Amino acid sequence: MRTYTVDVLVVGGGAAGMAAAAAAAREGARTVLLERGERLGGVLEQCIHPGFGLHRYREELTGPEFAHRMRQELDDSGAEVFTGATVLEILPDGPAVKVVSPKGLKKFRPRAVVWAVGARERPFGALRIPGTRPSGVFTAGLAQRLLDLEGLLPGRRAVILGSGDIGLIMARRLHLEGVEVRAVLEIQPFPGGLTRNVVQCLRDFGIPLLLSHTVAEVHGRERLEGITAVRVDEHRHPIPGTERRIEADTLILSVGLIPEVRLIEDTVPLDPVNRGPRVNGRLQTEVPWLFAAGNCVAVFDLVDTVAELGERAGASAARYARGDLPSGKPVPLVRGENVVSLVPSCLDGTAESARMYLRVPRPMEGVTVDVGGVVRRRVPVARPAEMIEIPLDGDALSELSQKERIVVEVKPK
Amino acid sequence: MTEKKLVCVSCPMGCELTVVLEGKKIVSVSGNRCPRGEEYARSEAVEPRRVLMTLVRVEGGRDRVVSVKTDRPIPLRLFPEAMARVRELSVRAPVTIGTVIEENFLSTGANLVTTRPAR
Amino acid sequence: MRIAVIGAGAVGSLIARELCRYEAEVVLFERAPDVGWGVTKANSGIVHAGFHDEPGTTRARFCAAGNALYPELATDLEIPFRRTGAYVLAFTTEELSVLEELREWGEVNGVPGLELHRREEILAREPRVNPEVRAGLWSPTVGITLPWEIAIAAVENALDNGLELHLGEPVVGIEVSGGRVRAVRTDKGRYPVEAVVNAAGLYADHIAQMAGLEGPALHPRRGEYVLLDETTGGLVNVVLFPAPTQVSKGILVLPTVDGGLLLGPNAHDLPPDAREATETTREGLEEVIEGAVHLVPDLPLHKTVKTFAGLRPESPQKDFVLGETRVAGFYQAAAMRSPGLTAAPAIARWLAHEIALAHGLEERTDFRPVRKRIPHPADLPEAEWEALIRKDPRWGRIVCFCNRVTEGEIVEAIRRGARTLDGVKFRTRAGFGRCQGGFCTDRILEILARELGAEPWEVTARGGASRIVLGEARP
Repeated sequence: MRTYTVDVLVVGGGAAGMAAAAAAAREGARTVLLERGERLGGVLEQCIHPGFGLHRYREELTGPEFAHRMRQELDDSGAEVFTGATVLEILPDGPAVKVVSPKGLKKFRPRAVVWAVGARERPFGALRIPGTRPSGVFTAGLAQRLLDLEGLLPGRRAVILGSGDIGLIMARRLHLEGVEVRAVLEIQPFPGGLTRNVVQCLRDFGIPLLLSHTVAEVHGRERLEGITAVRVDEHRHPIPGTERRIEADTLILSVGLIPEVRLIEDTVPLDPVNRGPRVNGRLQTEVPWLFAAGNCVAVFDLVDTVAELGERAGASAARYARGDLPSGKPVPLVRGENVVSLVPSCLDGTAESARMYLRVPRPMEGVTVDVGGVVRRRVPVARPAEMIEIPLDGDALSELSQKERIVVEVKPK
Repeated sequence: MTEKKLVCVSCPMGCELTVVLEGKKIVSVSGNRCPRGEEYARSEAVEPRRVLMTLVRVEGGRDRVVSVKTDRPIPLRLFPEAMARVRELSVRAPVTIGTVIEENFLSTGANLVTTRPAR
Repeated sequence: MRIAVIGAGAVGSLIARELCRYEAEVVLFERAPDVGWGVTKANSGIVHAGFHDEPGTTRARFCAAGNALYPELATDLEIPFRRTGAYVLAFTTEELSVLEELREWGEVNGVPGLELHRREEILAREPRVNPEVRAGLWSPTVGITLPWEIAIAAVENALDNGLELHLGEPVVGIEVSGGRVRAVRTDKGRYPVEAVVNAAGLYADHIAQMAGLEGPALHPRRGEYVLLDETTGGLVNVVLFPAPTQVSKGILVLPTVDGGLLLGPNAHDLPPDAREATETTREGLEEVIEGAVHLVPDLPLHKTVKTFAGLRPESPQKDFVLGETRVAGFYQAAAMRSPGLTAAPAIARWLAHEIALAHGLEERTDFRPVRKRIPHPADLPEAEWEALIRKDPRWGRIVCFCNRVTEGEIVEAIRRGARTLDGVKFRTRAGFGRCQGGFCTDRILEILARELGAEPWEVTARGGASRIVLGEARP
């Protein structure tokens, strides 16, 4: 097996990975990007709707157009790209990374690795929904790939479980393709995605949104024939007597994304809430040569943010590879009230500015984000679907870096 | 006089707007907390417009479809007609990103363009 | 001489294979589109030791014997089999006395290595077990396997040895005249045979009735399961049983071959006509979780990847119905409830031998007992993987990322008979990982369509109406 020595190895060719590889190469690092699919772009290629790039390119682009721009940046940067290349193993001793492709097996000896493999979807089986196990049940991403990449119709009458953005987007896509979208069910009493998507994906087309509902049972022996929807109480328990059968041949699930940490989970500590690796403001994990960016760290909403994080991780990895990434005494960021996703997990103790990202667990109005009592930011409307971004720099950063730990909390009015 | 209720999507606040119309003429807009809300209401209440993003058949290539969009928003009420027209169209592989499939789509002044290459 | 075996589950497939050792034509009929899709597809995959079975029963006769044949079977057919060992755990004084009884039964049944362990030893070995445990019966010969692979591998080997296989062809009639079997009828034709083996699982009673026999009286018994993902298998190293009841062996916690944890099954008797009722229920899944948590309190249930249910054919006697009947040439391998999977190799060997004796069949000298599994290059030495890729680059294209299954394996699975998504999944384990097909289903679909010369919307998950996609977006 051939061995290649590189400075920075980026795993994953989606937004985070392309940004990381371009940034690392621009820093002068000998950079290789590995993508297991046949094309670069990750999920962007199948997100044919607009809403991408408003911050990064000041234009509203569709997913593939955003990916195209990033591919151009990557081309210009001089990073080397291998598609159809799947990482098999990361050996911490080295480190060494084993890769296979239709061209054979390869081993890379990188000085630094950027993990940018995105997230996987929570599968139907994880929900423990009783009933039969027919065909016609898809996670939203799979349905989207079948339709918008392969041009295949997942079904003709659909129910969607989960009103996060991807579920809402698929409601519109399926409707426009002539699929009867019978309802979108959401277990919470509020929609999971952006208001804009509730309006432009559901209300525009008269697709019913049933809040505080879930699927109680699946029916159909070979192909799905319908589901039983049920209302739930504030503890998400089904309310007996509220069951209603909805006929459908397709069930689309948008019930959560999980950072993909397979292959690194035994190497690095994970954040139990984010479910991705703990990282500092440089996007460096607790294993110094391993960096991570994008949805494999925590689930983000804006690809612009993901690209920015990718750049930061790539640049940090390049600097680490040449030995001039500064380090200080890490200061942990700890969750206080009303904080779920939180990135980074610690400040690296240097004076270099960082950006913090967090999510609230439910819609809240007129709240204040308090970072260690040092930074306070008022947020008029905070929603779980929208990550709150807070820059940490200058004097505030110095003060925070002196602490033993920083509690981040969201205080209601 | 008719009254329309809308949710503004210009920013995360999601102000609930009330628009009063006399036929197609806007009499008043209320509920907005900024001028963008008024702007949004004036357009949305009279003629909601959206970018159409969909697929067009690819002939003679490996891909079955290519993703396309209208290069500016078109009236939402034209969508059923738009989808019917889109199904009639096709493009020969290979196609580059940004290729115009149909100019002045449905006489809206918008072009239907590819957003992805197709092989 | 022509022998028909009805039912290509683990039992029927192994019997068919054993019969191929003799000078006879063997024909295997299966109603489903693929082998092992009935009872075999959804059970615990445990190779039992034999102490759960009361001495004197047919189960007792064949369970330990079957267990002893597994290592050879696993080697010959290249199927996974691992002797993890097992504990039967007792939490009360009553349960302690049940353990005693099981140990006695085990000794009578020829089960080796049974030992009673105290709480400290159990917790030292298995720290995640409920600390309220009092004692446990340790059985080193209990093992785990993948039940459908037994059917798949046995059939592949039998085909290599001259088996005639009829898939998707339910038997609709058995011709008997002069008190002897003459032919088997399906919806496709009439097949004259001199012997019939009834291994029809949930439908064995129907088949027996076709031959004019009254028994066995079967009804389905459903067991529901919860599967935790492949990061959880390290929490428990052995099969954990509670003390059994009159009803069943109980709800277990066991490691799977793929590194996950399987919880279940419960056991509910269903009406005789509910033979396709493999759905799970809310109460049933809750019951399974409750039972599992009783054995291992802090199970990471948030790592559930799948729930499913399987049916077993239960009879009032709660025992196998084996061997010759009053219809000459008609043999039963029916009512194969637990420990049917374990007993199957021993039953197959015994029954084939009985049939050979009764009909004067000679053993063949050219029987090839070895079947090679589809290579899984991710487990092979690098040089072998490189060689496969050089021959065909598709062995270097990973299709199922979770389980590192290559396109080469999937194409080979199709070559060996997979015609559906499930056919590919069960032969390669593609789609069985953490993402449960989220990233690979479309890729497998394209490969199936290409290799079968079909349109993607004609490909099914498991035959019949179970199409995966329903059409083209832009026809």
